[in-house]
Amino acid sequence: MANVFSRIGDWVNERAPNMMPAYRKHMTEYYAPKNFNLWYYFGSLAIVVLVNQIVTGIFLTMNYKPSAAEAFASVEYIMRDVEWGWLIRYMHSTGASLFFVVVLLHMFRGLLYGSYHKPRELVWLLGMLIFLVLMAEAFMGYVLPWGNMSFWGAKVIISLFGTVPVIGNTLVEWIMGDFLPADATLNRFFALHVIALPLVLLLLVVLHIAALHEVGSNNPDGVEIKKGPKGNRWDANKPADGIPFHPYYSVKDLFGVGFFLTIAAFIIFFAPTFGGWFLEHDNFIPANNLVTPTHIKPVWYFTPFYAILRMIPSFFGTALWGVLGMFGAIAVLFVLPWIDAGKVRSIRYRGTGYKVALGLFVVSFLSLGAVGAGVVAELIPEWFGASADATFLENTFGRVMTLIYFGYFVFLWVYTHLGMEKTKPVPDRVVYDHD
Amino acid sequence: MANEVVDHGRRRFLTATTAVVGGVGVVAAVVPFIKSWEPSARAKAAGAPYTADISKIEAGQMVTFAWRSLPVFVVNRTKVQLDALPSQDARLVDPKSDSGSAEQQPKYAQNEARSIKPEWLVLVGLCTHLGCVPDFVPVMKPEPFDPQWKGGFYCPCHKSRYDMAGRVYQGVPAPKNLLVPPHHFVDDTHIQIGVDPKEAG
Amino acid sequence: MTMTKRQLLMKKYVSSIALVFGLLVGGTSAMASEEGGLPSAGTNVNDQASLQRGAKLFFNYCVGCHSLKYARYARISEDLGLSEKEVMENLNFTGAKFGEPVISHMPEASGQQFFGKAPPDLSLEVRAKGADWVYGYLNAFYLDPSRPVGWNNTVFPNASMPNPLWELQGLQTAVMKADDKEAVEKLELTQPGKLTPVQFQQATRDLATFLEYVAEPAALQRQRYGIWVLLFLAGFTLLAYMLKKEYWKDVH
Repeated sequence: MANVFSRIGDWVNERAPNMMPAYRKHMTEYYAPKNFNLWYYFGSLAIVVLVNQIVTGIFLTMNYKPSAAEAFASVEYIMRDVEWGWLIRYMHSTGASLFFVVVLLHMFRGLLYGSYHKPRELVWLLGMLIFLVLMAEAFMGYVLPWGNMSFWGAKVIISLFGTVPVIGNTLVEWIMGDFLPADATLNRFFALHVIALPLVLLLLVVLHIAALHEVGSNNPDGVEIKKGPKGNRWDANKPADGIPFHPYYSVKDLFGVGFFLTIAAFIIFFAPTFGGWFLEHDNFIPANNLVTPTHIKPVWYFTPFYAILRMIPSFFGTALWGVLGMFGAIAVLFVLPWIDAGKVRSIRYRGTGYKVALGLFVVSFLSLGAVGAGVVAELIPEWFGASADATFLENTFGRVMTLIYFGYFVFLWVYTHLGMEKTKPVPDRVVYDHD
Repeated sequence: MANEVVDHGRRRFLTATTAVVGGVGVVAAVVPFIKSWEPSARAKAAGAPYTADISKIEAGQMVTFAWRSLPVFVVNRTKVQLDALPSQDARLVDPKSDSGSAEQQPKYAQNEARSIKPEWLVLVGLCTHLGCVPDFVPVMKPEPFDPQWKGGFYCPCHKSRYDMAGRVYQGVPAPKNLLVPPHHFVDDTHIQIGVDPKEAG
Repeated sequence: MTMTKRQLLMKKYVSSIALVFGLLVGGTSAMASEEGGLPSAGTNVNDQASLQRGAKLFFNYCVGCHSLKYARYARISEDLGLSEKEVMENLNFTGAKFGEPVISHMPEASGQQFFGKAPPDLSLEVRAKGADWVYGYLNAFYLDPSRPVGWNNTVFPNASMPNPLWELQGLQTAVMKADDKEAVEKLELTQPGKLTPVQFQQATRDLATFLEYVAEPAALQRQRYGIWVLLFLAGFTLLAYMLKKEYWKDVH
């Protein structure tokens, strides 16, 4: 048996001599810093979720009907009549939310340890593109069940394009293929959701990983292991602080995957709607173009950006500013490597100003999420009494948080470009405590 | 570099155990996906027993009903057609339906006429070759495909021929007699297709 | 154990933060309750006796107007532990086949004529509004001569539906607030029904339980399988952790 495999291997090697070395470079003999901590699980977890979404997605398309007349009923058909269809659907819907959980934490890891600094700007840019495509993918997937939240979510988000000067209205009708979200809209979103965007996503993920392996992984100390001493117990020419990905990080990630799947299974089997956060109550009502749901809000992973949209008032007779603010909040992350000119990468050795600013940035992001989800509006009467001006208080709070969100980037530019940051000395080698 | 001793036995054991347990998990996870291809509750509901009204089928006529989306032929055979059946035995692959076609009918229809009541023939109208729907050609006269034709079924796809009891002729692509589905008489004018007489009680 | 609205909202807020930090274990369906101020229905879909009683009520009092178009008789029979005969004789009064979904006999047009709008399908009512809402709604009917059908409801004001269970519950009338003649302070039972108030609450709880089951029949399966999946994954994670520990002895 082993002989057969090695002969097949030889046969392939003879015809594609660069395939095995490429595999080794990216998988088995990729040298990663040995001091990865908890934050470094989320990259591999994102791949696990991606695979889950693709596999469950393929099986969902086998019974889903992408037409306005049949979509809602076909989802219920999957939930009830198809053997195990409920599990496949819940794996997909839970996976969508968990995708954003792991990707947001993965991105925050980049902020914590300065993983976007030179020479990893390309890795960061590709990652941001993945985030952007993922949001489009998630939005279109959210429309497919054709519940009332799907319909009105589609209506509101597509209407954003109506603020584009001159061509706005034409653009909106072009995207919908109708005058309201309708059969044509659903059908084209289906095509984009199940084939076009997944292909783009897969390509970007491959490029993201390839770009990472060109430069090697950063680590919690932000120390470049390639510049350190050479030679370890596996290879005399590899960085002393690097360890081969396989078996060390493959077994570590296996543990991470096990832990993550346990949590995911808990949600899938015991709280699939996650209290209305992952699957919203109003989306169990079929799309109705005459009645807007009372609690209209986007699904949780869009809420911070949606809040920015809502918090910026329209002036000069156009609502364009809110839309610009919303997209700007994502766009500004793209250029983060050029905004932050800090001399050190890891938060462990950065100045106090940076730590405070990053903390505030996180607070502003979460608070905007709470505003966008309508939680703040519900809490205000509880905290300030029923007579409080809820709209005023919510707007004030939301606008302060929007300012802090953007303020982070302004501060970071000033702080680092004008040399105001007092950093701590960075060690020559990574810090690793054997446990 | 104090403790360089690697316990290879433990390492191998843990690797093997994790691989086996993980493998079991993957197999278990695959099962729901495979099972999702089984007929759904809707398909099963559509495949429920079908009660056909046969009071309007005159002698020599055939009516097609749908059961589990399959075409089911119900033929009211004439005395002449029934009497001609034994004459075909020598030209058939399995005239007694007891060798190659033993599974092609329930026990209660394993007879010369392949039916419960001689005149009422009930067949799944799908050729046993590749599943086309055969034509009903009841008239006894020389046909281009068979000069000694005594009535029966002729498949347009690959020219398989069956007699008036759905028994396959020799020298055609189809290997077996046409399938008789489970069925029983609810009363003189109604047949329920999909339920054996015994199950019906 | 009822939570105040503030506690509920706090829970919601905390959970939104917990989400982002990956502390997902804290989130359970317990925080599902969206509507504050409603009494807890106390439903339990694993209580088969309650489900059976609820089904009986539904098919006697509700199916005349409301369909359950996504629920099949065969599935109800299987999940509620009832035989085909029991379902077809005691629950199915429309002549539908065993494998078919529960469709009301009322044509949509006549529903529109009688009530101003067709009675909605109730397959997903609990998923959309919650079991507490359904339970509260069924207990909140009162006589109101100003309404076209003579009934009103405090949980769903100006609902166009009469109380289908009035024979069981009796008749309730509203006591208006002293300072606001438009606002209902409380409901009073002015004419007793066939059931005592406690029995009626149980009956509506059973009905809400049945509708909760109908809204998500998979709930029975997922809870049954879920515990085994969790145990398996926990075991696997432990093994993977030991494997990781073993290999990482190499790393100094």
